[in-house]
Amino acid sequence: MSDLQTPAGAPGAASDDAPSTATAAANASSAAAGGGGRSFLPKTTLLRHLLVLALCAVGAVLLLEGTERSTNDQISRIAFYAIAAGGLTLLTGLNGQISLGHGALMAVGAYTTALLLDVEDGEPLPLAVIFLIAVAITAVVGALVGVAAARLHGPYLAGATLALAVGVPGLTLYFSDTLGGEQGINVRAPRAPDWFVDAIEAISGERGQGTKWLAYIAVVSLLITYFLLANLMRSRIGRTWRAVRDQEVAAELAGISLGSWRVLAFVVSAAAAGLAGAVLAIVVRLTAPGSFLPVLSLSLLTAIVIGGLGSLFGALLGSILLVFLPEWARDFGLEVLDMESAQASQAAFVIYGLLLVATMLFAPAGLVGTVRLALLRRRAARAAARADGG
Amino acid sequence: MSVLAAATIATTMAACGGDDDSGGGGGGGGGTAEDNEATDPGMTEDSVLIGAHYPLTGPAAPGYSEIPTGVQAYFDFVNANGGVYDRQIEWEYLDDGYNPTNTGQVVNQLVLEDEIFAMMGGLGTPTHNAALDLLNSEGVPDLFVASGSSLWDNPEENPYTFGWQTDYESEGKIIGQYIAENLPDAKVGLFLQDDDFGEDGERGVRQYLDDEQIVEVQTYTSGNTDLGAQITALQQSGADFVIGFNTPIYTALSQLTALRLNYTPEWFVSNVGSDPQLVGSLLERFSSGAVTGTSLLEGVYTTDYLPTVDEVDNPWVQLFQRVWDESGQEGELTNFRIYGMSQAYTMVQALQAAGRNPTRDDLVAALEEAGGDFQGPALAPFRYSSDRHAGISGMSVSRIGANGSAEELTPVLVTDVGDAEIEEYDGEETTPPESGIPDEEAIG
Repeated sequence: MSDLQTPAGAPGAASDDAPSTATAAANASSAAAGGGGRSFLPKTTLLRHLLVLALCAVGAVLLLEGTERSTNDQISRIAFYAIAAGGLTLLTGLNGQISLGHGALMAVGAYTTALLLDVEDGEPLPLAVIFLIAVAITAVVGALVGVAAARLHGPYLAGATLALAVGVPGLTLYFSDTLGGEQGINVRAPRAPDWFVDAIEAISGERGQGTKWLAYIAVVSLLITYFLLANLMRSRIGRTWRAVRDQEVAAELAGISLGSWRVLAFVVSAAAAGLAGAVLAIVVRLTAPGSFLPVLSLSLLTAIVIGGLGSLFGALLGSILLVFLPEWARDFGLEVLDMESAQASQAAFVIYGLLLVATMLFAPAGLVGTVRLALLRRRAARAAARADGG
Repeated sequence: MSVLAAATIATTMAACGGDDDSGGGGGGGGGTAEDNEATDPGMTEDSVLIGAHYPLTGPAAPGYSEIPTGVQAYFDFVNANGGVYDRQIEWEYLDDGYNPTNTGQVVNQLVLEDEIFAMMGGLGTPTHNAALDLLNSEGVPDLFVASGSSLWDNPEENPYTFGWQTDYESEGKIIGQYIAENLPDAKVGLFLQDDDFGEDGERGVRQYLDDEQIVEVQTYTSGNTDLGAQITALQQSGADFVIGFNTPIYTALSQLTALRLNYTPEWFVSNVGSDPQLVGSLLERFSSGAVTGTSLLEGVYTTDYLPTVDEVDNPWVQLFQRVWDESGQEGELTNFRIYGMSQAYTMVQALQAAGRNPTRDDLVAALEEAGGDFQGPALAPFRYSSDRHAGISGMSVSRIGANGSAEELTPVLVTDVGDAEIEEYDGEETTPPESGIPDEEAIG
């Protein structure tokens, strides 16, 4: 629903610098800068992104009010995966660092939220404040990890972050008195305020409590995150991150401190994971170590690879697949192949694996990257033809 | 990274049968099929939809994924005999991979999209915990959670949730008393899963064994497969009798580690971790075939609250064997499938007691009013009432013999959480009704 992409800096030129097709989704030039025919879009990045944000917000309301409550719930789940995947795609796609530990960072955000909401007497802090605290604490953890990560490359970085993913769920068992151990902490999100309930009543006549309220929180969090990330990726900071990724030596010669820029990328990415964890906590209504196993980190990574590294829209697409694919695969197995329930559930993993392999083989730039590459090629061919003709 | 998720899950096991004074067909109560009306979501004129979540994939799947096939077999059997009040029971179960995030998602799907009338047998403590809030706020009966945690017995906060199997604390008390009476000189070591499963069990055991007799307590974290440190500590403490509150995987791992360290205490493995067939197959797999079958488990003490598959003369096992054979599904009858069928049996009783056209609240009221008197395969009665939602009240102690058979050491003992006494159950052994289908009267 929200296509807040990350067009590169210099109009028209950035795509030529792409070192590999894998990150093509991160490097495509912006539609407004590249083509002359889209001039109805505002010229400045900020205004353009604000316009997209407003359109997406309207679209989100229509989507949430036009679907069943069960779909509302699935949208909330897509939202928290997409927030985390958005942060990860910035780190991996834009800055070239790999992280297998984002599930653990989500756990930090989720547990912070759960603990702050779980007050014995009196009212807990407002939800927005709790979310900001969760983001801040996760960002601090991200900074600590980032300092270590900035010195590591490739498989070593993957290993170090994987240790985080394996270790953090164990901490919850060690400190089981505060963190609830294996069975976790039950989370009760605050009830929706009256103005919200009234507004929903006015729009669709439905009850704006429970699942619907949580879905709106999740979607608003997603839109704000993607708006901020899109602006960041499009700014000088985003360009510097790309420089660090593509040409370390050149970047260093240009006066860029590789280490501190890598740490910054990690901090921003961790902050997004923290918010994703906070949303997860209230949507799932529970934080337990079983929700943050290493497989969560791996799912996020596969989501951004399938969607297209470096693209927020790709991260969103990947997250949609994360939520819907197991269900589609199971229904396909149950209804079309007439499988047993257990077999159909296992088939979902096989299909996900096959899709991942197929993407790597036939569309290594991911869904978004592949489409962008195709568009670029067509434009280049057209330009060449024009040059020939003229 | 072997994440052996299995936590405080429920398994099956157990002992002999009981008796049912009822006989006859699929549902009492007045009226005919023409009187059927649709009530709440999931209850139509000719069907009722029941749902659940199970780990069908992932590390917790072995064993537990068989439970819903047992449920399916028993519901098929009831449906073939006319269903309950002329309604066919539809059974839909989804995989959560033992991950609470997934549980929330599949329970949302079951409740909001597929519109189940009630949930039955949702498996696992952390997983089901994620579904608790939704089910209770939507008013969906949440029956017979497959875990012995005490969380499910809280009618004030969770009026729609009911436990089913014997809780871990009561089990710990029965184990503790057995050792205090029969093995007063044993130096006891505790081997516990590091969560409320182990904690509840330990609390029960300590009511009967003092600190001097318990010489060592060791815990393990689910997912960590190296038990060298724990078993060595138990060995060095001089413990000659180890009580384990652990999952089947950790029964196998602790047995193999003790074998390697040449440590040969007596073992008492609580019900959850003692299924001989499953542990036997795990032992064979983990030891790459060096240990075969259930030989390592011979002489291990355990507890039962249901008849087990080795009791071929038990009328309940005979009924379930017949039901399983008729269902035509793949595989053998196992204790996990007996567990599923036993839950399905209680579900049919509850639906019968709720009357011809029950709402969701009627089903809950029926269990509260009549559930305490249900007679079925369980060895001891349920504790259901308007202020208790706790399940089976007792167990018997047994010892595993050759080929996974079990020898009863005590009569059925009943007790409760807290300082309730342990008493011998004075009810009669139940036998299944002729037809194999319960015949409860509708309440009210």
